[in-house]
Parts: sequence; C-alpha cells; structure tokens
Amino acid sequence: MDIIEKRVKPTNVELFEELTIKFAGDSGDGIQLVGQKYAELASVAGETVKTMPDFPAEIRAPAGSLGGVSGFQVRSGATGIFTHGDGVDMLLVMNPAALKRNLISLKKQGIIIVNQDTFSQKNLAKAEYQENPLNDGSLADFRVFPVSMTKLTMEALKDTGLSRKEKDRSKNLFALGLTCWLFSRPMAQVEDWIKRKFTKQPELATANCTVLNAGWNYAETETRFTTNFTIKKSISAPASDSTRFVTGNQAIALGLVKAARTAGIKLFLGGYPITPASEVMQELKLYRDDKVIVFQAEDEIAAVGAALGGSFAGALGATSTSGPGLALMSEFIDLAVMAELPLVIVDVQRAGPSTGIPTKTEQADLLQALWGRHGESPIPVLAATSPRDCFDMTIEAARIAIKYMTPVILMSDLYLSSSAEAWVEPDDSNIPQITPRFVSEHEPFAPYRRDPETLARAWAIPGSPTGMHIAGGLEKNGEGGAVSYDPADHEKMVNLRARKIAGIATDIDLPEVFGDKKADLLLIGWGSTYAAIMETTQKLNSCGMKVACIQIRHINPFPQGLGEVLNQFDKVLVVENNMGQLWTKLRAEYLLDLKKLSKVQGLPFSVHELTQHVENELIDSDPATQNSAGVKQ
Amino acid sequence: MSTPTPIALTRQDFLSESDPKWCAGCGCFAILRSLTNMFAKAAIPPHQQVIISGIGCSSRLPYYTRTYGFHTLHGRAPTVAMGAKLANPDLSVWVVAGDGDALAIGGNHTIHLLRRNSDIKMLLLNNQIYGLTKGQASPTSPQGMITKTSPYGAIDKPVRPINLALAAGATFVARVHDKDIKLMESVMFEGQAHRGAVFIEIMMNCVTFNDEAFEPMTNKKTRAETLLTLHHGQPLIFGAESNKGIIQRNGQLESAIIGENGITEEDILVFDANSKNPGLASQLALMDFPDTPFPVGIFRKVNESIYGELE
Repeated sequence: MDIIEKRVKPTNVELFEELTIKFAGDSGDGIQLVGQKYAELASVAGETVKTMPDFPAEIRAPAGSLGGVSGFQVRSGATGIFTHGDGVDMLLVMNPAALKRNLISLKKQGIIIVNQDTFSQKNLAKAEYQENPLNDGSLADFRVFPVSMTKLTMEALKDTGLSRKEKDRSKNLFALGLTCWLFSRPMAQVEDWIKRKFTKQPELATANCTVLNAGWNYAETETRFTTNFTIKKSISAPASDSTRFVTGNQAIALGLVKAARTAGIKLFLGGYPITPASEVMQELKLYRDDKVIVFQAEDEIAAVGAALGGSFAGALGATSTSGPGLALMSEFIDLAVMAELPLVIVDVQRAGPSTGIPTKTEQADLLQALWGRHGESPIPVLAATSPRDCFDMTIEAARIAIKYMTPVILMSDLYLSSSAEAWVEPDDSNIPQITPRFVSEHEPFAPYRRDPETLARAWAIPGSPTGMHIAGGLEKNGEGGAVSYDPADHEKMVNLRARKIAGIATDIDLPEVFGDKKADLLLIGWGSTYAAIMETTQKLNSCGMKVACIQIRHINPFPQGLGEVLNQFDKVLVVENNMGQLWTKLRAEYLLDLKKLSKVQGLPFSVHELTQHVENELIDSDPATQNSAGVKQ
Repeated sequence: MSTPTPIALTRQDFLSESDPKWCAGCGCFAILRSLTNMFAKAAIPPHQQVIISGIGCSSRLPYYTRTYGFHTLHGRAPTVAMGAKLANPDLSVWVVAGDGDALAIGGNHTIHLLRRNSDIKMLLLNNQIYGLTKGQASPTSPQGMITKTSPYGAIDKPVRPINLALAAGATFVARVHDKDIKLMESVMFEGQAHRGAVFIEIMMNCVTFNDEAFEPMTNKKTRAETLLTLHHGQPLIFGAESNKGIIQRNGQLESAIIGENGITEEDILVFDANSKNPGLASQLALMDFPDTPFPVGIFRKVNESIYGELE
C-alpha cells in the first residue's frame, strides 16, 4: 500500500530528525506486539531503532491498575540513535493507568493518543485519578486525541463471528493502524505478518487486517488528524530480510551457539531461572539439538557445576545468571580456575544487593566478578556494550575461555537484556576463529603441560585413550598435575595461573576513542552506559565542546596500552551505574586521579543528565569560570 | 553407551601409580578393590570410565584409579557428573561421595540426580562421620552418637539414604557393606549394567573416628542372623539355618520364625525388586537392627526412560 496514493485529504507533513513513541496499556492489551511491529516498520524504512519494553513487576496485577501497566518505547531516527530516548514525542495509551504512569516522560506539546472508551469512573479510580484528565484541563500542555478505539474496533468487526472478547483483544491493531497513518508507515509488512501468523485461521487473519486498516482509515477520514510525522531520510541501508531485532539476552544465546559451532564442539548450557537472565536459557532451548545441550538445574551451583562437567567432557560449558546466582557460583568458578577448563559465565546484572530491585538495572556486580572468590583466582572479565555487542562479546568470551583454558565472566545487565536493536547475523568469515587445542596423540601426555605462548594447557577429553588424568581442585606440582602441598609448588602455580590471565592483555583490542581526540574531558564507561555516553559525546561535540569517550569491553585484564590512552586526557570521568567499581580498578592499576559519576537508581543514565554533568565538569575546570561556577557538583 | 570392547582387562589396568593415603584399615580400600575388579569384569576400557567425586576421605578415590576423574567440590559431584554425561553420553560416569558430601551439603543435588534418572551411577560411602575434618557428626550419625560436635550425643535424626533414594525415584537402589566383597562387586556390576540412576549405599568402616560402627550387623560370624539379603523373586528369609523370614502383619513388616506361632514358608513375603511401586522396598529400608535384621542387596531395579532421551 502506498501512503501517498491512499491519502485523500490534504495533510501537512512535519519532518523530524528522530521520534520516540511509547505505547502503553494494560498487561492484556497486546502493547508489546504493537511496539515490536512498529519498530520493525521503522527498521525496514532504514532508520536506526532502539526499543525498550517496560513490564509490570507483578505477573498478574489487577486489570486497569497502575501496577498492571505494560509499556514499549521505540526510538527511531536517521543517525546518532543509541539510547531508547530520554523523552517521548508521542504517547499512545489504552487506559487511564497507562496515561498516569507514562505522562511524566512526554515532552511538552507531545501527542497523546488515548482510548477514551476505557476512561470510566471505575478505571479512573483504579488509576487514582480524582477527575477525568481528558476533561479537567490537566493535559493542556499536550496535543490530546481521544479516540473510541474499543467501539471502533467492535464496529469494524461487527459482521464477523468473533466473540466480544476476541474483538476486544484486537484493538491493539486498531492502535497500530492509526499510528502507522500518523507516522507515514506502509502497513503491507504487518498485513503479511498477520496472514502468516494466522495461516490456519484465515477468519482471524481477515479480522485482524480489517481492524488494522480500520485504524488507518479512521485517521485518514477524521478531520482532527491533519499532520503526518515523518522522519528525515536515513543514510543507513534499510533493513533486509535477514535483519531481526535482538535483545541482549537473545544475542547472548545466539552467540553461544555460534561460538561452539565455530569451535567445532558442543555447547552445554546449565541454567537456573533468575530475572533478568532466564531468557538466555529459554532462547537456547529453542535451538536444542545434539550439539546444543540445555540443562535446567536445581540451583545455580548445579547449573555452573554441570557446565563445568560439560567442559570437562569436551563441550563449551556455559551458564547465565544474575548477581545472586553469580555469588552461588563462585566456588565452582574457582574450581574451573584450578582445573583450567573453559567456562563462560554470563552475569545479567540487576539492582542489588540481595533481592534488591530485581526488575531494575545496575552495574554493581563488577567487583564480585573480578575479585569475589577465595584464593588467588584471576579470571578474564568482559562487558558487552549494546544488545548487538552481546553477540560479539559472547563469542569473544568463548574465544578467550577456550584459547586460555579458563573461566570467563561476561557482564551484561537488565538494560541490555531487554532493550533491542536491529541486527544481521554476521557471515562466518566475520566470526573470530576459535580453535580448541586438544591433547596430541603424538607426544607423551602431561595434563598441565602448557603452550609456551598462551600458557594454556591442552584439553584432554574423557573417552580419548590419550589424556587420562584426574582433574581437581587440589594444588599441583607442575605439568604432571600430581597433587602437591609443597610451598614452592603452590607459589609457582599461583604465579603461572596469574601470568596466563595477565598475558591476555596483548591478545585483545584497545577500545576506540570516540569524539574529540584532543578533548578536555574523557568519559569512560563499560557495559550498557555506552548508549548514553556515546550520545552525550556526540551531542556535546556538535555544540563545539571538547569531549571524548571510551567504552571498555575487556575489564580484566585491561588491554595493553589503556593506561597511556587515559594519560592523554587532563580530566577523566568514569561513568557507572554503581558506586565506582571500574573507577576503583582503573585507579588501582594506573595510579591516575580519575573522577567518577555514579547512578544507582535502578535506571540507566539519561543523555540529558549526563550532558548536564559533563557541562558542569567542564565549567568547573575552566579557569575563567572557576569563581563564578559555584560549588562542584 | 558404546558396546564394551571385548578385551581382557584386569584390576591393575584400572589402578593408578599413586598409593592410597587412607588410614590403614579404612573401608575405602575394599571399595577401591571392588570397584576396580568390577571395572575389569565389565570390560569397559579405562578411558571411557569417568569417576567424579566431591570432598572427603572417600572422594580421594579417583586419584587412585587409572581412568578419567574429577575431584570436584564438597557435595557437588552429582552436578559435574550431570554435565559430563549429558555432554558425552558414551561415557560411563560414576559418582563417589561420602555421607556428609552427598546427604548434607549436597543433599539437594543427590535428590535431583536420582529423580532425573540420568544414566549415572552413584556410590554413597557411608561411615556415619566426617572423617577428613576429623570426627564431627554427619547426617547419618545415629542419635546419641558421641562425636566432636556432639559431645553429649547427636540430637539430629539420621537420614535414611535408601528411603531418600527411593523417594527421589532412583531406578536402581542398593545397599552393601565393606565386609562382603562378593556382594559389593556383584551389586556394582549390576549397577554398571543398569541404564538409569544407580544409588548404592556402602556401609563403610571409619577406623579412626567411628571404628566398628557396623560390626554388630556385619560381623562375619553373626551376620547370617543380623543381615537380611534381598534376592529378587525369592522369599525374604534369613538366619544361619534359613529358618527366619519377613512377614507382613497389619501393614507392618515383622521378622518371624518359620514353624513357630503357625508361621509357614507360605507366609514369608516374596521380594520383587522390579516392582514399579517402591512401597515394599521403602518398608524394608525402614527396618533397622537390632529390632529386625538389616536388609542389604538390591531394593529396587526398574527400567524407566532416562534423562536426555525425553527431549
């Protein structure tokens, strides 16, 4: 369907660099689906898209209540889209509670499309409104469009044999059709998707397409809608057939499968349900075959223990968890250090300590990942920066784990786990090689004989006549692997294991410095702060401010040369969703006077707040303004 | 598992060069001997045998075998075994664990290993004491037992390992003791051949911290009277003169003398180890010396689909 051809009334077109839309309604309103479909349309149009769902904390909060609001935010634009957006340009809400919960994020003069049929006294009370906000003038700062979505949906479907409940359930597609008109999105792709989804129920396919078009046609004929909002043409290539949206958790699952396949071995994931990591295990269950083994264990200890058993038997052992689970796994991670077996542990962080706020994001497990074990137990710690990067860094974690025969912790977080972006699976030629070094049949076997370069031992797999040995947590005498309590042996082995991990520093890339290379201020972050840091840097650069940024993906060991990079900048600000954990390690290693910026509200940094902080820092350090700038922030 | 290679193997083929560092007289020696004898008889090559242990005196066992082995964490051997077996189903995987290991810190893993009916064999070396930490009460220490952590007598009720294994749904459940090598080897051999979760409790002497704890039951001279050996399809008869047996009265098991009080051989229960219903096996497992003879042998042996075949 061509929009222009279909359009019958004179319509204004407003051009935007970018748009952020939030869809919100009751948990049962099908909001997530509308948001995802809208995001796909934006991606197909060639825009960069970032999405963020926002689920109710309770599984089944009462219908219409504030606790039961489900939301989905989509930000799309030509370039420079990293975060899911600080503020919202349009809010589409299906009930009073959704309006109440989300109004705070709407920009002034922003648009509100609202299903007015749900604004009954009962629903208003559930949303804790004294007066109907559609009538009391409280929305005067916004452009409000009440629409009878429920009634119009019922009307569109009156000739079908569907039940009232079934009809009511399709009003989300009315909302999508209406949105598509407002933002000039062709709907053919959505119609195709509906037809595919309901191949076996053609009457439902027809009904859903009818409602979708009813939404579009309503906007087309309704005189209140006079403006099409359009995003300026993008410079990036439109999404292709192989483009899909991935969340961080999905990308990790795909990365694990790819890494094991690249290495020519099986994948063994042991897992135990925990928010926000469960999707990694769930997603992998979909790929289960004789090369992808997924084991739901009785607890996190068993999950990591089984993963280590899988590695011992020659598979890529992996596990995914969150902070409390990582705490339970620490003893096994030590055993993996001692036995020198590969293991990938994914920590999808949430706000702690203890159960904390399990549905909110945080980056406060870093010190646990680095140092939260008994004995001298160094292991590589990596961090993914975006949902897409979760795929790349999972493969990197597996590469290091297998090459150096060591457990590796990959840090993700709740923000990465649930936000999504468009992604195309890279060609195999773009996947780093992973070549396990198995025990050779041509030389006498010694279980802890090391490769002189990597200091890694060879992998001796049970079932092979060469390589029979007893792995274990007791200290060893050297390459023969015999148990030893000799003080000198212990010190030698502790040093060997430490040197093996430290040596990885020369086998990893130094992260790129973005922005003004001669900046007055360098922002450093790790993990999901990438989005806000990159966008802030670009924004400030475009205003002529001398700011640069760097995102660290290898936290232990740091890549060789990182200290020199940091030394080039007068002022360095470490930005973290914790109290300064990366900051602690950077200062300890490089003896540099770094500043820190912490946020521990369970929320990612917004570009707005980060920009303000950076501006304040720069004003602070400018001698001309030193006296007038007031107290340091 | 792949077909056993028909090669003649001896016990020596399964023994490492390391000399066991157990106390002289420890029950572990007999168990190591039986296990390696059985390995030779089962004719599975050493490189296809994997022994995974936890932490404790008995968990040192893999170091003294010539197989693949993994000396893991206290209580966690079943978890590592699950991973190894699922990643490579061709391996024969044995778990060796002590009573503290498998029933205290690792009780959870023991239950789940057994209830999944994974094709993994577990040996519980039960000496009713923590040996490697030098003599504390364990989950199987009888009430009243004096140990370093129970100087006035243990107050906890002991775990009944066989009842626990039956409740967890293990498809092969047996009990032997370290004074009867023949029975131990034959039960291990049947366990090796069984497809599914195998649980074998071995009553084992701790010469240093709990010496002769099982002597009243296992003494060679008196055990015909004190032990009841279970034989599938046979009546539950014991006694030096085979004149005693187990009868059921008012739903309870009792020992009775054939020919007294009107009891005939017809009244003696016939044991069915292959019953899907673990009821009788559980009742037998509740029988305790000295009130009744102490049952040993195979309590349960049934075929069920094994973990990993269901997906």
